[in-house]
Amino acid sequence: MASETIALAAAHDVPQPIGTILHDWVTTVDHKKLGILYILYALIFLVIGGIEATIMRIQLIVPHNDFVSPQVFNRMFTMHGTTMIFFVAMPILFGFGNYLIPLMIGARDMAFPRLNAWSFWLTAFGGMLLYFSFIGGNGLYGAGTAPDVGWFAYAPLTATAFSLGHSTDFWTLGLLVSGFGSIGTAINILATIICLRCPGMTLGKMPLLVWLNLVMAAMVLLAISPLTAAQMMLSLDRFLGAHFFDTLAGGSAVMWMHFFWIFGHPEVYVLVIPAFAFASEIIPVFSRKPIFGYPVMVAATICIGFVGFSVWAHHMFTVGMNSYANSFFTITTMAIGVPTGIKIFNWIGTMWGGKIVFKTPMLFCIAFLFQFLIAGLTGIMLSAAPFDWQLGNSYFVVAHFHYVIVGGILFTLFGAFYYWFPKMSGRMYNETLGKLHFWLFLIGFHLTFDFMHVPGLLGMPRRIYTYEPGRGWDIWNLICTIGVFFQIAGTAVFVGNLLWSYFKGKAAGNDPWDAWTLEWSTSSPPVEYNFARIPIVKSRRPLWDIKHPEDPDWKYE
Amino acid sequence: MVQKIHFNSQSRIQASWIKWASFLLASYWFAPQTVFGNPQDPSQIPNIFKPQSTPAHSIFQLSLFVLAICAVIFVIVFSLLAYSVIKFRRRANDDGREPPPIYGSNQIELAWTVIPVLIVLVLFLATARVIHGIQQAKPPAEAIEVIAVGHQFWWEFRYPGLGVVTANELHVPASDPAHPTPTFITLLSADTDHSFWVPRLAGKTDLIPNRENHMWMDPNEPGIYVGQCAQYCGTQHAKMLLRVYVDPPDKFRQWIEEQSKRAQVSESAKEGRRIFETTACINCHAVSGTVADGRFGPDLTHLMSRDTIASGAATNTHENLRLWIHNPETIKPGALMPAMNLKQQDLDAVTAYLETLR
Repeated sequence: MASETIALAAAHDVPQPIGTILHDWVTTVDHKKLGILYILYALIFLVIGGIEATIMRIQLIVPHNDFVSPQVFNRMFTMHGTTMIFFVAMPILFGFGNYLIPLMIGARDMAFPRLNAWSFWLTAFGGMLLYFSFIGGNGLYGAGTAPDVGWFAYAPLTATAFSLGHSTDFWTLGLLVSGFGSIGTAINILATIICLRCPGMTLGKMPLLVWLNLVMAAMVLLAISPLTAAQMMLSLDRFLGAHFFDTLAGGSAVMWMHFFWIFGHPEVYVLVIPAFAFASEIIPVFSRKPIFGYPVMVAATICIGFVGFSVWAHHMFTVGMNSYANSFFTITTMAIGVPTGIKIFNWIGTMWGGKIVFKTPMLFCIAFLFQFLIAGLTGIMLSAAPFDWQLGNSYFVVAHFHYVIVGGILFTLFGAFYYWFPKMSGRMYNETLGKLHFWLFLIGFHLTFDFMHVPGLLGMPRRIYTYEPGRGWDIWNLICTIGVFFQIAGTAVFVGNLLWSYFKGKAAGNDPWDAWTLEWSTSSPPVEYNFARIPIVKSRRPLWDIKHPEDPDWKYE
Repeated sequence: MVQKIHFNSQSRIQASWIKWASFLLASYWFAPQTVFGNPQDPSQIPNIFKPQSTPAHSIFQLSLFVLAICAVIFVIVFSLLAYSVIKFRRRANDDGREPPPIYGSNQIELAWTVIPVLIVLVLFLATARVIHGIQQAKPPAEAIEVIAVGHQFWWEFRYPGLGVVTANELHVPASDPAHPTPTFITLLSADTDHSFWVPRLAGKTDLIPNRENHMWMDPNEPGIYVGQCAQYCGTQHAKMLLRVYVDPPDKFRQWIEEQSKRAQVSESAKEGRRIFETTACINCHAVSGTVADGRFGPDLTHLMSRDTIASGAATNTHENLRLWIHNPETIKPGALMPAMNLKQQDLDAVTAYLETLR
């Protein structure tokens, strides 16, 4: 068994001219290089989206502030939301999926390597198209630069009557193009997982990360399609005089909301399920125990995948649906808390009786558990339609979904970065800097997003570029903005750590965490085509079986 | 000496650190204080937990119930998490052996599936009751009917039975629980989506073009309740503020009587009126009883009865009014009212004319 999983010898010692290296990266169809391209591309946009958030927080530090004009502020929140969802979160998660899935299922590449490259470059082009709006958005009308319609771009603000120039078109086309990239990647992930598993890896023996990415990819396929359709309809409205959403000509604003949120809510699960996937790999390894309740974890994920498509209109409790529709979306939304809760309990079950090692990846995952608990509970509050009539579109909602996206997804992503960095780069990161990053970011996150709930309860709506003094909002906004600077410091430490470790870090070795899944049996970084011989597995933890031949998992599973 | 200075600056840094840290920790204490403290708070804080009207009140009660359940879940799961993280950490004297693997337990899985399902059912039933209670309330015969129309970036209020049209400051009668006079509002939009939200009186409801939405309130405590547009509607969404004046019944009747009169134009403002009626002002604004009958901007017939202008962006003083007519951008950049480029003397005359519209 052991000899079968030995990797090809590393062959990267020969220095090559920079032109050749660049050419290799641009033309690559290797899933690992594409994964890294996705991740680097997303990191650049993470910094850009972060700068946009910082501009907003500085503007809101005191009431009646004049740091930026309302027009600029509106562009900032539109670009921040669009960037973070479509050009940070999705590509970064696709990047990790691309990199890890073939390695974890014992495959030599994705099922469709050229589709893979095509998808990445489409996504990359979509992001550039969106940002080109800063230059090209003026169009022939001399109006508007970057889009300022909000990231969910409610009709009829996007109609030609209210959005002059081409800013909305850049938004539409940017998302349309990157949406096709996402669909390509989703098809690729599905095909890879279904067809390319190594001998012995039945569906029930796949690592949880692979299972969760399978569900995620299926959801992408179903969720991106209505968004793509809606973007096309919007373009028809704007260019060919169609009237789908053009209310001045009898179109329906509410129809856009339905189209957007039947994409938009599953999208939340598309982002959070890969985050669950990271936690499901990292927590067992650092607790030194197998995942608790593997089949239940899989079932809960599939359940989330299905129920996730029946909750979208909880974003629309205030649009005047009748009381039966409001009740329906209340119960479905509350119901999705059950499988999510089961996941949290199973992670606790995994840690229970273990020997927890507090390395940086585990710290981020533990913080994720606490924060996701709170995010889930504020989600329950928002699912009660009448409570949402007060909380919806207020800063409470902003705090809630940042708790999900930053406190949940970004924290596990940071954990994933530290966990797989040794595999991807062959170097160990600096543990002290990693912990410094963790604590700075933890403090910053809680300062910003804990206290952001309060102005929401005090009646502060989102997306306002300034606010009146005397409404009890000032102090909380001040604290939120202070937290941002801790987050910036943390992120700077993170980027510095990655750069420093990439050049100066200690050699990591093949399996620095004494882990159990197949990627740790390859060299660090893995060579092209990953495995000299396709491994054969007998359990969910093939490397455990090799390391503990006297007590292998397959006897018990 | 150097040593001493060093020591001092260190301790100063430490002191300021402690000050900051304790300030921030104290914030966790003040947050619930701010939200829940002093229910009779006369301030203008639009706190959703200080309801003054039936819909807001039933939401408040539901929210207390939801909060209580969430708090219990939070305490239990948080303790479990904290306990397992602390209890099962690897100790310094660890023997290096792997802990016994446990793959799962069907009984435990069943337990933590069934209990949350029951909690969800209870929460849902409590919620559905409030949804139906608020949404299916029927207006009694004494109800006041109001049509609210959202515009970029101001509110138009029409009282169809009473012949009153006003803007941005909604007047409703205080409702006596013994003889309720609730206000039922029909919500429309003239352009983009908006949302009507006065947290202490009711939850928010959107105003959507080509669609008719409804909401109601029955405030019983006279006073001014603030809110603002809660659905992004364009550049000046932030300054689409909203004020609801809850008047005692007799004061409300008096207000209606004054508002339903035509404009009383005094002779002294003749020049201002001439300029107003011969420039673009009347394309958008109406003054009843005169040729001005525009509908794009607020009705100005009783402008001076309002406390604010520009949808609450400024108080209704002589200086602000003059500045607003001169250049709206200085008060509300992105507002749709154009600067009229009047000569100083015409500007004064128009301001004087508007100031006669009481």
